[in-house]
Amino acid sequence: MSREINAEDITTAIADLAVSSNRTLPNDVAVALAAARNNENLPLAQATIDDLIKNQHIAAEQQLPLCQDTGLAVVFLEIGQEVQISGGDLTTAVNKGVAQGYIDGYLRKSIVSPLKRENTNDNTPAVIHTTIVPGDKLKITFVPKGGGAENMSRLAMLKPSAGIEGVKKFIIETVREAGPNPCPPVVVGVGIGGNFEYAPLLAKQALLRQIGSKANDPDIAVLEAELLTAINKLNIGAQGFGGKSTALAVHIATAPCHFATLPVAVNINCHVARHQSVIL
Amino acid sequence: MSDIILNTPLDKKQLQSLKIGDKVMLSGIIYTARDAAHKRLVALLEKGEELPFALSGSVIYYAGPSPTPPGKVIGSVGPTTSGRMDDYTPVLQEAGLAATIGKGKRNQAVIDSCVANKAVYFAALGGAAALMAQCVKEAEVIAWPELGAEAVRRLRVENMPLIVINDTTGDDLYVKAIKVV
Repeated sequence: MSREINAEDITTAIADLAVSSNRTLPNDVAVALAAARNNENLPLAQATIDDLIKNQHIAAEQQLPLCQDTGLAVVFLEIGQEVQISGGDLTTAVNKGVAQGYIDGYLRKSIVSPLKRENTNDNTPAVIHTTIVPGDKLKITFVPKGGGAENMSRLAMLKPSAGIEGVKKFIIETVREAGPNPCPPVVVGVGIGGNFEYAPLLAKQALLRQIGSKANDPDIAVLEAELLTAINKLNIGAQGFGGKSTALAVHIATAPCHFATLPVAVNINCHVARHQSVIL
Repeated sequence: MSDIILNTPLDKKQLQSLKIGDKVMLSGIIYTARDAAHKRLVALLEKGEELPFALSGSVIYYAGPSPTPPGKVIGSVGPTTSGRMDDYTPVLQEAGLAATIGKGKRNQAVIDSCVANKAVYFAALGGAAALMAQCVKEAEVIAWPELGAEAVRRLRVENMPLIVINDTTGDDLYVKAIKVV
């Protein structure tokens, strides 16, 4: 038995997600920012986070995007293997939704050709990641990813001899070198293992995990806590002005890798850690 | 910590009294310019041609706003990463640019140029773009509308909250912040 999902419904869902995800922070991110504010002693750090929180209220009241950089549209599609898409092709449906959301929602169109830098004028194409899963549903997750934090993200193909110490060093150094540029407090997504293209995808997916949740693997959960403590001792602080709030969370996803390799990817998200999902 | 009030055009003597970490409320006229506009501004300067705005005492805000919704002055308008404009900044400061506003680190050439030209670099609040938009009272594209969000805009701002990152003595708040334990 297959279940039919109309391409037009996918377009509408994407357009709605584009607008709402750019105006509203996920609740876990808002809660983490408020907790970071309460943890600060420095007046400048407190005032800075207060303003970031105030920004959420203004964006909601005035229906403005939280950040002028409304990002490149990263779209995760978890497609139930019993789903059949009718009335159009999936990629076109997604990109139509992105164009509609960014034009109708007064979101910035930031996508250009890489060398000539010519704007596509509707923020397409999206970067689309599809996985086929059991069931007859389609889960769409929309992630507007800003350029500033993306520019501070890194991939390393470490030697296996670097081990866990090498992994920790690379993650901390990436956050240290980024400093104020990616708009801290940041969320640090880490992918360890896989291969050259899979580690960064794991890192991006790790950004979507609920802040405050623990990794399933207890060893990884300990590593996350240790890294968060170390990163928040860097004193970069909110906006790089100093303080304890350099990162709200470190989330690590792992996958087995070739025995000759140790890939590590660090994908940084700004404090406007936007993402929203819907299930069709 | 009381806020320091500044009005444009900036007086370089007043800028010399600013120190890193100072909180400033800026009012007056500022101009938005990002990567593409900077390339064009510097090209005009090198050819000895007139710029879209007078540089002397001026302020550039590294920002590309989201589109203006109906009934609003401007869309969300927070700062972009300043480091991408580093290569263009010293030559503009030599020609009179008094302050730049953005977020993130500047290179040593810009820090040295701030000292040599008595210019300052301010941070606005990255990601707090709806809040920053509330300070903008008038906005108008004055050059290169084909650049869209990257066009040069003339903004009239009131009480724009800024933090001094690089002052006229060569100090850097970002460097100092991580040294304090």
